[in-house]
Amino acid sequence: MSSILQVKQLHKQFDQLKAVNGVSFEVDEGMCLGLLGPNGAGKTTTVEMLEAIKIPDNGSIQYRGAPLNEEFRNKAGIMFQSTALQDFITVRESLELFQQLYPKVSDLEQLIQDCALGDFLYQETAKLSGGQRQRVLLAIALVNDPDIIFLDEPTTGLDPQARHNFWQLIHKIKQKNKTIVLTTHYMDEAYELCDKIIIMDHGEIIAQGSPRDLLSEHFNDVVIKLQKSDELESKLMTLEEELCSMSITRHESWVEMQTSDVNQAVKQLLAAEISLSSMQIRERTLDDLFLELTGKELRT
Amino acid sequence: MRWQRFISILKARDREFVRDRSALAWNILFPLLIIFGFAYAFTGDQLDQYKVGVIHQSENNEISFYSTQYIHFIDINELERTTAIDKVKRHQLDMLLEVDKKRYWVNDSSPSGYMLEKVLAGSGGEGYQKQRVQGAQVRYVDWLIPGVLGMNMMFSALFGVGYVVVRYRKNGVLKRLKATPLSALEFLSAQVVSRLWLIMAITSVVFIGCDLLIGFSMAGSYFNLFLVYALGAFSMISMGLIVAARVKSEEMAGGLLNMMSWPMMFLSGVWFSLEGLHPWVQKLALIFPLTHITQAARVIMLDGAGLLVILPNLVALLVMSVIFLLLGVLLFRWE
Repeated sequence: MSSILQVKQLHKQFDQLKAVNGVSFEVDEGMCLGLLGPNGAGKTTTVEMLEAIKIPDNGSIQYRGAPLNEEFRNKAGIMFQSTALQDFITVRESLELFQQLYPKVSDLEQLIQDCALGDFLYQETAKLSGGQRQRVLLAIALVNDPDIIFLDEPTTGLDPQARHNFWQLIHKIKQKNKTIVLTTHYMDEAYELCDKIIIMDHGEIIAQGSPRDLLSEHFNDVVIKLQKSDELESKLMTLEEELCSMSITRHESWVEMQTSDVNQAVKQLLAAEISLSSMQIRERTLDDLFLELTGKELRT
Repeated sequence: MRWQRFISILKARDREFVRDRSALAWNILFPLLIIFGFAYAFTGDQLDQYKVGVIHQSENNEISFYSTQYIHFIDINELERTTAIDKVKRHQLDMLLEVDKKRYWVNDSSPSGYMLEKVLAGSGGEGYQKQRVQGAQVRYVDWLIPGVLGMNMMFSALFGVGYVVVRYRKNGVLKRLKATPLSALEFLSAQVVSRLWLIMAITSVVFIGCDLLIGFSMAGSYFNLFLVYALGAFSMISMGLIVAARVKSEEMAGGLLNMMSWPMMFLSGVWFSLEGLHPWVQKLALIFPLTHITQAARVIMLDGAGLLVILPNLVALLVMSVIFLLLGVLLFRWE
């Protein structure tokens, strides 16, 4: 698979803050790349440099082997984290406006159908709901029939239905072999959509790979969840030595035990006469990986 | 420059303005309200003082006429004789006296001139030679309209470009456009042209509306007036671009635009003649586009002045437009 975007040693500093510090990666054609990280990790700054909105202090970005130029502008579709459209303009007029800014464009009627904009096509953009608005912004990002599409936190603030609807749209785009660069705070979204993820923190890449590879690389265990109770707590205290192979984490209303041998763990719990009626077993998720790599400390 | 991109941005901006009914209505109503208000306020007999211009007033030529009450005597420089005679023609002066040459000018159709002539004859001015002038009275509202139209253009140009582009920058519209192949020149040109034709259209509506409702003097060429207003609007739109170039907050833009517009509103001769002001204030006023618009439009509408007369104002407006436009384009940042 050939790489459509090559990023080498990217640096960006704002006053004393190193927002992006030596980031390098490649994006293959037709791939969906997810950029993950806590607030202030440098995701948006990185993406905005990839979109040619911000200029890097150092490093290089190449689109199909050439620096970002007008050809890139014509072939890139961009959906920012927050975008306003001009007031008093309808959805169709907005699409037509952006369509006229590009030399090569998508079929507008097909785009309207793909993004399900038909019901509110003649409504002013300022009067749309959150989900409708995101679909319009996605359609605008696709109006130039782009080869590469940048989506910066596209589902933030949407309800679950709107998010799943949006994911379906992204799947449709992926089927057309378009390259997607997605930033998101939702790990389930990254897992659902991305072929490769990059986790950033403090302006640097701390992990990259496919979601499955990263999970198997970092975890070889599963999580057993039990509802928290005084009885469970007292029994766990007495069993601490026997359960030393398990790592136990206490939450508000759940106790989680990580183990690489579920059968052995369940046997031990039954032997201790611990009720398993509330038991859930789950595989490790990107949430676990994310927290393990970036810590649980609150970011501003 | 790709015309398709330019036209699409132009159309979008026009739609936005025309569909914003409240702003559109205000752009038309504001100047109409001001003109009607002043037309009403300065109609009638409230000002009962006679105004007499005096060239070469000196103690040697003192006559008792000068001690007549309710006459306001105004010193006139000899070089301003022609202007003063024009004012007698327009009833802005009731009489003009030239003391050395013992002559006076009055307008045959002015009742005040007739009264003053009688008073002069009975108070030491028997030997003064009468110079007749003719001309219809110029009401204050006739004098006011050219400036008020210019002032309305000023607000529409400065705020319609300066404020709107800053709002686009703040809410992310500019950032989104930056991500397309649209160039800054295409975007700014579309803003300028959109605002220019909207201003000219609105000014035409206000002009026709005022003429139909209250009627006013239009002695000169409509083409010359169009030229003055079009160039004037262009210069003030370009001035608005300077604010639009970098400012990120609407509050800051509002402050800067008010700082530009308020001195122009009061020192450009819209409301009152600058003649009575300190000479350096008169010179300072020449740096404002609105001064040149008001001066040129007024002499076209009231005196029927031709292109040669207004040429200095047109050149000044052109130079300002070029400077403001260059500054605006060079300083412009999408974000």
